[in-house]
Amino acid sequence: MSESVTLNEQYELHVNGETRAVRDSWLGESLLFVLRERLGLLGSKGACEQGECGSCSVLVDDELVCSCLVLAASAVDQSIVTIEGVAPIGSPSDVQQAFVDAGAVQCGFCTPGLIMATHALLERTAEPTEFEIREELSGNVCRCTGYGRIIEAVQRVAVSRRQSVQA
Amino acid sequence: MSSVTGERTRTGRLGDSISRPDGTPKVQGSYAFSSDLSAENCLWGATLRSPHPSARIVSIDVSGAYRIVGVEAVITAADVPGLPTYGLISSDQPVFATDVVRYVGEPIAAVAADHPETCRRALAAIVVVYEVLEPLIDPERAIDGSHPDIHPDGNVIRRQRIVCGDPDIVGEVVVEDTYEIGMQDQAFLGLEAALAMPDADGGGVSLHVATQWLHEDQKQIAACLGLPVSSVRLTLGGVGGAFGAREDISLQVHTCLLALRTGRPVRIHYSREESFLGHVHRHPVRIWMRHHATREGRLVKVEARMVFDGGAYASTSSAVLINGVTHAQGPYRCDNAVVDGYAVRTNNLPCGAMRGFGVVQACFAHEGQMDKLAAACELDPVEIRLMNAMVTGDKLITGQVIENVAPVARCIRETAALPLPDEPVGGHDHDPMRLPGGAGRTADTSHIVRGIGFAVAIKNLMYSETFDDYSTARCRLADGVVNLKFATSEVGQGFITIAGQIARSVLGFDNVVIDSIDTDVGSAGSTSASRQTWMSGGAVNAACIKVRDLLFEAVAVAHGVDPLSLAIDGGDIVDRNGVFRVSALDAALGLSFDETVEYHHKPTEDLDENGQGDCHTAFAFVAHRAVVDVDPELGLVKVIQIATAQDVGRALNPLSVIGQIEGGIAQGLGLAVMEEIIMSNGHVRNPSFTDYLLPTFLDMPSVTASLIEEPDPIAPLGAKGVGEPPTISSTPAIVAAIRDAIGKPLNRVPVRPTDIIGLSASPSI
Repeated sequence: MSESVTLNEQYELHVNGETRAVRDSWLGESLLFVLRERLGLLGSKGACEQGECGSCSVLVDDELVCSCLVLAASAVDQSIVTIEGVAPIGSPSDVQQAFVDAGAVQCGFCTPGLIMATHALLERTAEPTEFEIREELSGNVCRCTGYGRIIEAVQRVAVSRRQSVQA
Repeated sequence: MSSVTGERTRTGRLGDSISRPDGTPKVQGSYAFSSDLSAENCLWGATLRSPHPSARIVSIDVSGAYRIVGVEAVITAADVPGLPTYGLISSDQPVFATDVVRYVGEPIAAVAADHPETCRRALAAIVVVYEVLEPLIDPERAIDGSHPDIHPDGNVIRRQRIVCGDPDIVGEVVVEDTYEIGMQDQAFLGLEAALAMPDADGGGVSLHVATQWLHEDQKQIAACLGLPVSSVRLTLGGVGGAFGAREDISLQVHTCLLALRTGRPVRIHYSREESFLGHVHRHPVRIWMRHHATREGRLVKVEARMVFDGGAYASTSSAVLINGVTHAQGPYRCDNAVVDGYAVRTNNLPCGAMRGFGVVQACFAHEGQMDKLAAACELDPVEIRLMNAMVTGDKLITGQVIENVAPVARCIRETAALPLPDEPVGGHDHDPMRLPGGAGRTADTSHIVRGIGFAVAIKNLMYSETFDDYSTARCRLADGVVNLKFATSEVGQGFITIAGQIARSVLGFDNVVIDSIDTDVGSAGSTSASRQTWMSGGAVNAACIKVRDLLFEAVAVAHGVDPLSLAIDGGDIVDRNGVFRVSALDAALGLSFDETVEYHHKPTEDLDENGQGDCHTAFAFVAHRAVVDVDPELGLVKVIQIATAQDVGRALNPLSVIGQIEGGIAQGLGLAVMEEIIMSNGHVRNPSFTDYLLPTFLDMPSVTASLIEEPDPIAPLGAKGVGEPPTISSTPAIVAAIRDAIGKPLNRVPVRPTDIIGLSASPSI
């Protein structure tokens, strides 16, 4: 009962194309906690701690995962991409810009996770139907928007990508 | 803003659907929510909570926590230097429990340590000995006196009757029923989080917190800390949604106490489970209603009895109750009423503000009644609502006359006229995924029944019963840049967007900067009650007009024109009666102005013992139509479409208005068919997103919305608040659609599969 937390683990993570050292950590820390508290990557959000809401979504070896459900130390040999790795600050990606323009952002807490999920969706399916968008993004909960403007944003990106391919 | 000759359109003005100024940092993950804030040498804090709904505390031994390496402080009620209690309306809730605990989750102690895991272990090492008591669970027992008082203030928080017109009149047609509304959680995604930083001399504290009302927090925190208000400074941390749950104190006092005790910055982040226990919820309510009408369907009298379960502490229960009883008639003319309402104390979770604030509950009942009345009078649900729709000048059952624009009939007609979905059950492609049950593929298309339901609502805007919930705004103009300062909590609704639009429209400058949102300016009141567009919008507008008038005077002197004939046209200052035109930017060169304004709404009155009085400030209206598909064998529902026409006064930013409408409807849908905090003998059974179900992309249908724009002359910008109405009548519309589909009475929300199949005879869990 009275044992203290051991904060002496050291390992490396590959995040957004860089190798980052994690020092003085406890082995029980989730990937979400380590990204936020050890590496200062605060864009991934924690909202349920159970993989239900998708706010903490990141890519691990190109797979969309809830970083709250991954032990950081188990991801040492994998390639991790967070919201900070999507586009440089001030130069948003097409998905990010569409979310702003379409009114898909209100409080914005779910937004980084949804941006990750939308990029992953459009990688798999360039022109999803509305129903495919709903199905594919249903692991990301938004409490503010009622989802209508988010669907609009995703559709805008799909259209503009098609048009730029055709052009 | 009226423009003069030669339309010079500039973007970012009132009426434009511009995007949020915080949009880019939010999509890039660089926006600082309050849970993203930290400081050098910062500690983590955590709270020990009661596992019992009712118990006497025999002893608390914190020594075990201190033996854990990394623990810096453990505090209990004995460490609260000021007022031991807090509360929005009455100060009845202890900072930490002392002799008794009154709900599961009540704070008993708090710790500060080097790591969240250390905190968890420290909490586990605190030994509290309880003598468990029989909890008061049934609100009726709070009223009938059969359970001893669970609080020195008694078990009835407030009772309010309304007697209007002839209480004994009887209609030719009479319908009655009892309705129940379950406890809903606001379920904002950004969990409670705060960072407290002690002053170097220990004489004060700065708190960064996600809240709806900085100045009310400041007042309550300072009282508990025993510090002058000026020694407690609050700054708004980025807010991840609110919906009423951030109006009350949760972690504010605890975080400050730990920071002052340790002399180090402290942050507390609630977990999702803790969040379910740590903030107030929507009141569960039981409502009996009896409606009297003429044979033709004209409302004659409304009778109602409403019992709001306030849980262990008062919070805003008394105001929620008043909203409930005063909205019992709905948006319908009615000359006679007898309404009796109670807000009571139990050992359930404390309840308070949530989007719709008492009106959600009243509307679910009165709309169920209107459908019953329609059936009894052999009228269409739309027809009976149109026949009874109130208009400007009508008197409410409180005697208050509706002075606002009241386009109730228009809301109803335009909603009814919106196109129905053209897709048949299962969609044109007969995809079983589109049926109720979705990916479970449990439904047989031929067994699915479709239903349509209708509901209408009236909602008060701003605070009531003599409360002067004013708002303050400061406008500074210097070097061609407009700086706006206010303490208005931006919780995601987009006030900072329209604040900029107001300033650009009034002053003609494109460059508007929103200053830090903190307590260095006067109160803005709460971001609640659909009030900030009206109140803080009114304050920003008035402050900008003051600066504009000073600028006009300077221009008039410089150019020899009449200041009263000047106007803003796009980015220019023009003479309405002449040819003079100068760009606002040039005119303001070298000038600076700084004006602060308080905006107050008209005074309101208390209700008398018969519930009479002009207690409300203003009203807005809305109608909803729902289309649902139901699997009657498995009791599953899929909402196919929501259509709505909403009285918005004037859409200052149509895109933002649509966002409020769609988001509000999603929460109404949640209450209709999904969301409920399930309590069992005072214990919460589902405090997680695994077990408390929120609408996802697959649950929420597309929304077809019509904005009714009839600018309200009473509103400073013609605009009414739009946040709450979408949440109010969407719920009863969906339930009416389910009733329509299956032909069964459903008087309880959320509607559960067992209610549809008919397995649950009793409305209680």
